Amino acid sequence: MNLEQALQIVSETDQGMVRSHNEDSVASDASRGLVVLADGMGGYNAGEVASGMATTVIVTEMQRVLDQQVSFEADPQTGKSVAQKLLRDHITKANTSIYQASQSQPQYSGMGTTLVVALFHDNKMTVAHIGDSRLYRMRGEELKQITKDHSLLQEQIDSGLITPEQAKLSANKNLVTRALGIDPAVEPEIHDYDTIPGDIYLLCSDGLCDMVSDEDIRMALQMLGANLKLCAQQLVQMANDNGGRDNVSVILIRVVRDYAAPSGILTKVFGWLK
Amino acid sequence: MAKLILSMDGLILKEYTLAKERTTIGRKPHNDIQIDNLAVSGEHAVVVSILNDSFLEDLGSTNGTLVNGQQIKKHFLQNNDVIELGKYKLKYLHEQTGQAKAADFEKTMVLRPGAMKAMQPPAAGPAAAAAHPPGTPPAAAHAPGAAPAARSFGDTQVNQGALASAAAAASPAPAAAAPAAAPKPAAAALRVGVLRILTGGNAGKQLELVKPLTTLGKPGVQVAVITRRPQGYFITHVEGAHFPVLNGKVLDAQAHALADHDTIELAGVKMEFYFKT
Repeated sequence: MNLEQALQIVSETDQGMVRSHNEDSVASDASRGLVVLADGMGGYNAGEVASGMATTVIVTEMQRVLDQQVSFEADPQTGKSVAQKLLRDHITKANTSIYQASQSQPQYSGMGTTLVVALFHDNKMTVAHIGDSRLYRMRGEELKQITKDHSLLQEQIDSGLITPEQAKLSANKNLVTRALGIDPAVEPEIHDYDTIPGDIYLLCSDGLCDMVSDEDIRMALQMLGANLKLCAQQLVQMANDNGGRDNVSVILIRVVRDYAAPSGILTKVFGWLK
Repeated sequence: MAKLILSMDGLILKEYTLAKERTTIGRKPHNDIQIDNLAVSGEHAVVVSILNDSFLEDLGSTNGTLVNGQQIKKHFLQNNDVIELGKYKLKYLHEQTGQAKAADFEKTMVLRPGAMKAMQPPAAGPAAAAAHPPGTPPAAAHAPGAAPAARSFGDTQVNQGALASAAAAASPAPAAAAPAAAPKPAAAALRVGVLRILTGGNAGKQLELVKPLTTLGKPGVQVAVITRRPQGYFITHVEGAHFPVLNGKVLDAQAHALADHDTIELAGVKMEFYFKT
């Protein structure tokens, strides 16, 4: 089963109306069911460097591994998903690259990036994220934010200090508590989710969710889901029409059909024996 | 850096900078902001500051604390809020400093452990709340004067269904209207567009276009979207083998501006677009 037949993927990235550079980076490989989005931060153009490194390292490394026809069945020893381990390993590689680059040049000092990676396999999606770039799922008429921001505001909401409504008015927006490339070690948050044909997944940088309400995002996905390219362009346009104060990037993935992994004969036999 | 301006009867008494995590307000001398008046409790209220945000909390005072005329227990302070304790007023000011450039607005930054304790105003850090808080989608600009009803989106879908099921006679005479001229942006942004259905079973029905997006047509057959933007209204083809017809001309895949009294033909139904006056 070629994933390209099961998944429709489009992406858009835009500088926005205020910024002089685009420090967001997006990449996708439909044939391998891999999408990556990164929102860089740092002085000069360091943000661009950090986010570009993140997407390049992860896509290149993952492509190499996936070409070796890896099976994504759970590791019998640990019970953990192989996909999760792969993502964790490659995110670590990207982190090391960015961190070392930041140490080697003064203008890159302190640079970092947020990250959202999704890998689709066997009717499942493994999602890893660091920071406040998000992944949403549109299923039926419901839009759900799947990733939880690693940000000061989210921590305040979680501990009951502020309400989500107050968070919208806060002057402490855009302060992330985790990022890729700023420390020698990194702790991404990784989970597996089941997917259903008809689902639409949206990866976006905060340039979208800060400028466009969840309800307007939901409306765009619902009304324009049949034309994914137009939908992505519309989301970016709405962000810019509302001020476009940051770079804005979106990746949209629509699950067109089932993409179960063919299971080997041995797996089937073991399955009967359980 | 945020500050409070103490005044009474319009006379400014003192200015206080909110430099600490907790700024106490009350009659007793140990308070950071001491107000020596019997209407003010010994320990009346406190302002808690977390980086760029400040919260006001009443400490169970006898006469209570008001913000912008409303009694509060705990309040998330916004620029220009007026706190009242008895006859005294404290105005909360928190504006973007001159140093923070517009480009730094909305910039994502990493919060390191220990950064919370240092309450320094960052030299070029996340901008303090400006007159209207950053990140709030300007809903006012999007739908001025029209309260988008919670169900108007649902109404759109219903209208779509109604349009699709209308038994349409497929050969209306093409309208001999002039090609659509681009509407003047300033005026267009304030006007509400309306669609009036001209043919079929729903002829005469009208739909006010208050939402940022309104889709028309039959999903799976032919769908177009009308987007409401600051510059005005635009129609764009979404899906289907046939493209929408605007003033008798078949459109391409691009967005097209809509002008007053344009006619649209879609899925066999003819409708008129006009601006509500």
